[in-house]
Amino acid sequence: MPNAEEIKQRIEAAIPGATVEVEDWTGGGDHFKATVTAAAFAGRSRIEQHRLVYEVFGAEIGGPIHALSLKTQSPQ
Amino acid sequence: MSDTEHNQIRDAIGQAISEHETILFMKGTPEAPACGFSARTVAALQSLQAPFAAVDVLPDPRIREELSAISQWPTIPQLFVKGELVGGCDIVLEMYESGELAQALGVDGESSQELEAAESEAVAPGLTQIESRLG
Repeated sequence: MPNAEEIKQRIEAAIPGATVEVEDWTGGGDHFKATVTAAAFAGRSRIEQHRLVYEVFGAEIGGPIHALSLKTQSPQ
Repeated sequence: MSDTEHNQIRDAIGQAISEHETILFMKGTPEAPACGFSARTVAALQSLQAPFAAVDVLPDPRIREELSAISQWPTIPQLFVKGELVGGCDIVLEMYESGELAQALGVDGESSQELEAAESEAVAPGLTQIESRLG
């Protein structure tokens, strides 16, 4: 069972320089909400930004991680 | 399950995406969404009075598998406009709030009887299309 801290660490490890905040949305350990700020997002569409984050988890999304709500942005 | 069956589903999804200017793949139907994310996405489209076709992915798990293979997007809902993936619930709501969604859909976001009628017509064909092809 993933937890918010583990999800945060995995995104930060996969996207160098990313700042990540993750909250367990329901407290049930399967619906998470993440805000990811990364220079790697600059010049990419929202779709591409979200894909970069989803790729970190592959098939776990929709599996053990039922939902990962995302807000992505590049640093101002 | 044969590769042929998978290909048929994939083709039917591809065709539905190309035939409908705005099409939403969701859990449940616009009238009875089966997931909060699908419900919120439908609500955004409806509040803009945007006509859209809808496909329920729940009746057959292969719809979702093939859709995600085509779109390279792991979650449901998925909104396509003019053949392109616009996003899932998060992106659609972000775009709704910023006004970009109305722009992408070519609507002004204001209430109109005419558009409301168009919406109910557009939903049914999308729903029947994939299911009948899966038959």
